Amino acid sequence: MSWVNAIIQGILIGGLYALFACGLSLMFGVMKVINLAHGDLAVVAGYLAVGVIAVTHIPAVWSFILVVPIFAVAGYVLQRTLIQASLNRGVLTTLLVTFGLSVVIENALLQFFSANSHSLGIGHLVSDSFSIGPQISIAYLLVAIFVVAVVVLLGLQYFLSLSRHGRLIRAVADDREAAQLSGVDYRHIFGIAAGIAFATVALAGIAWGMVSTFAPTTGTDTLLLFAFEAVVIGGLGSLWGTLAGGIILGVVQQIGAQINSADQFLAGQLVFLVLLVIRPQGLTGQRSTT
Amino acid sequence: MTAAQPVTAPASQDHVRVSRSRHRLVSVLAGLAGLVVLVVFGALPYIAFSGTTNLLVNVFILMAMATMWNLLAGYAGLVSVGQQAFIGLGAYFVLILAMHGTNPFLALPLAAIGCGVIGLPVWWIVSRLRSGYFAIATWVVASVCEALIIRFPSLGGGTGAPLPGLGSLDPTLLTAYTYWVSLAVLVVVLAAAYLILRSRVGLVLTAIRDDEIGARSVGARVWRARQFVFVVAAIGCGAAGGLLIISQLNVQPTSAFAVQWSAEMIFVTIIGGIGTIEGPILGTILFFVLQENLSSYGAWYLIVLGLVAIAVAIWARRGLWGLIADRWNIRIFPVGYYLWPEGQARPLLRRPLRGARSGGPPAGSPPAGGPGAAEPADPAGG
Amino acid sequence: MPPAGAEVSSPDQPAADQVPERAGTPLLEVRTLTAHHGQLRALTDVSLSVFPGDVYAIIGANGAGKSTLLRTIAGLHRPTTGSILLDGADVTGQRPERRLAAGIAMVPEGRRLFGSLTVEENLQVGSSYARPGPWNIERVYELFSWMRDRRGQRAAQLSGGEQQSVAIGRALVANPRVLLLDELSLGLAPLIVRRIYGTLPGLLAAGVTVLLVEQDVSQALRVATRIHCLLEGRTTLEGSPEGVSPQRIESAYFGLAGVASPGGGPSAHQEPSS
Repeated sequence: MSWVNAIIQGILIGGLYALFACGLSLMFGVMKVINLAHGDLAVVAGYLAVGVIAVTHIPAVWSFILVVPIFAVAGYVLQRTLIQASLNRGVLTTLLVTFGLSVVIENALLQFFSANSHSLGIGHLVSDSFSIGPQISIAYLLVAIFVVAVVVLLGLQYFLSLSRHGRLIRAVADDREAAQLSGVDYRHIFGIAAGIAFATVALAGIAWGMVSTFAPTTGTDTLLLFAFEAVVIGGLGSLWGTLAGGIILGVVQQIGAQINSADQFLAGQLVFLVLLVIRPQGLTGQRSTT
Repeated sequence: MTAAQPVTAPASQDHVRVSRSRHRLVSVLAGLAGLVVLVVFGALPYIAFSGTTNLLVNVFILMAMATMWNLLAGYAGLVSVGQQAFIGLGAYFVLILAMHGTNPFLALPLAAIGCGVIGLPVWWIVSRLRSGYFAIATWVVASVCEALIIRFPSLGGGTGAPLPGLGSLDPTLLTAYTYWVSLAVLVVVLAAAYLILRSRVGLVLTAIRDDEIGARSVGARVWRARQFVFVVAAIGCGAAGGLLIISQLNVQPTSAFAVQWSAEMIFVTIIGGIGTIEGPILGTILFFVLQENLSSYGAWYLIVLGLVAIAVAIWARRGLWGLIADRWNIRIFPVGYYLWPEGQARPLLRRPLRGARSGGPPAGSPPAGGPGAAEPADPAGG
Repeated sequence: MPPAGAEVSSPDQPAADQVPERAGTPLLEVRTLTAHHGQLRALTDVSLSVFPGDVYAIIGANGAGKSTLLRTIAGLHRPTTGSILLDGADVTGQRPERRLAAGIAMVPEGRRLFGSLTVEENLQVGSSYARPGPWNIERVYELFSWMRDRRGQRAAQLSGGEQQSVAIGRALVANPRVLLLDELSLGLAPLIVRRIYGTLPGLLAAGVTVLLVEQDVSQALRVATRIHCLLEGRTTLEGSPEGVSPQRIESAYFGLAGVASPGGGPSAHQEPSS
């Protein structure tokens, strides 16, 4: 494989990483919650899609129509109940609760689905590709996912900038008390933000299930780290930063794979650690005292 | 004319006496009781089956890990989900030393110290991060350690390796030695935690636990104290990892570096009671009781444990030991202070101070809300 | 004998007994409010009544409990005991969002604008849950003439005085019946402060009652129809500013001997040497 091919692959998969990351970024930006169960939620979405497909026999590509709304509602409910209760007790509690959720989800998946990996079979769509020149081969699926990711991020940006609830979300994120004084029930706004975060991560999980496989532990082994790395690289608080972060991560991984395929993930992790040390606020963030 | 006092000291102008323990007699008795417990446990290999001692080895290992995590999170405010890095490294250091001819039992302390040394650059990497970022960073460090170890075929690569050097020992003797060494490690870990909390560093840690900004504002050297605790926890978890490889006689990277270790030590500490020495002990005991009863149910015990831990973290933040200690006002490890006015008898049992609300927990015990809570408990009335 | 029109509260007797009854139901009433910050008692048995059309000023030194009082009225702080009534209805247990709907809006200390939002967006958030009434974003632009041209600017980039105006506007568009102003003068140049306070008559004319906290006593006296002084969480002075001498205010403010002092002895008249 050529370098150019690797870079293009990296960019395309970076879109998916950005989709993973934007939910994490949203929950942290609005509620200051670092959801350690974020990756596991994507895996649950994958399993749910498998189940939905088995029951309704719709083509795998359309499974998100059912799964994403379910997750959006689940996100709102979980936020209003469990996560809000943890937030009222402090940062430490929230971290521990999301960690606990992550472990519980993984082991529940292990218990019900065994440790085997699954994927969302979409038949020939996985490998269908087109070529640009002799060395560059790009899968249609990857392009489609990249386009979906960018569209979702665009839509989210649009929503936050122009809609009334988007404005309220931004206001609550800036100053929760001042928002309360303006009549905003911040718990409801938190719920909406969580619903959006869960919806995007579900979409990302389904997309992942199409290009790759998932198992009960994939959430923490792989996905959470990718999401976090994309956020840290790109910086918190900007969706375009998150996209940039995802793309950079994807490219770094593909280049790492070119050098030595076993080190693909290690490369990303080392870049992550280096970044944490020298510039934790990422490309677009401001130095904060958080 | 006096201005209104926002926080009232004991209402009278009397001197206040301060002491570490409730009563001299009580601390003497407690010390004797501790010695008796130690002797009983020490004698177990002579009176119990190897199944029991092997189980206890696992109990001691987890108890040591939990105590270390409690120091990190409950006192220093560092929520690490990457302690498995040092567990794995401890195991592999023992392996490396054993491969070069050292007796694994002798290699254990060296491996633990080696982990402490590694802890310094790791601390340098993660120390500038807060809460969630810190947690993820520790996780990534553990993942990187695992990935690096796997690259060495001489250490068994991805499949692991057996531990050399103990094959010549009689199995019963091996079991007994393993048991005693793990008991010794636990005693050292508990003693270390106890001594640290009673020392000046402990005071800084307790201050951080109660109110970090307040602690900084009075000049407490927060970063130094945290670094100290981080290195100590690295040593403790390294020792636990060494014990693991000795007790299992082999090591696999995926199990030595598994995040499961963090899950267990965290859940056990939360349920037992974060921010107290007794908490992790109680939590570990509960964990093994649960595991023995649910072992046939596969991954269920971790699910149940996780759900209970979540519930405890939200609704009973001081954990099981916190509930017990509040209800009967007992402390096993005297790391706090008792206050009482001059001229009064020491509060042997639960007795209110003059002018105060009912006795309450001694100063220095965890606040009612657990670490990270906004409001400290009221030690001396108001 | 205290001069007519000014009452001194002694810690032994509830302030209500000493205040001459003003006619009618107060718009906002605070009854024996006690509030804590953790173990620290910030307010002790504070009572006051605000009538429609008042400019009720609460003065006192740093840490006297003024902001705590306002925050408790706005719903951001839970009182330990006591009650808050709006037009006779008990609002003590209500969350701040509900109180806005009832008619209490606060301009918090330090402005607290939504920094990443524009001026107009700040006002839009303020009007998201507004009550019906005369105030809207357009009218705020009329009140502060410079704002319309700068409405697309991010709030964090405004000067302190401009931010203060936007903060007031954000509270106004909700059409409150009682407007709480917390330390308007904080961090602002005196000229700017005067200009902002100059908008008060316009607000009053439009039917808004004002309850304000102010550290600058002379500024407060310039605009207030009623004065209330706090010292270490207790009321030391309550009445109309006409009948109060500067010495009396100074005593109430600093808690000097000669005036009833909180936490002190039983009598309102103390020996100067204690």
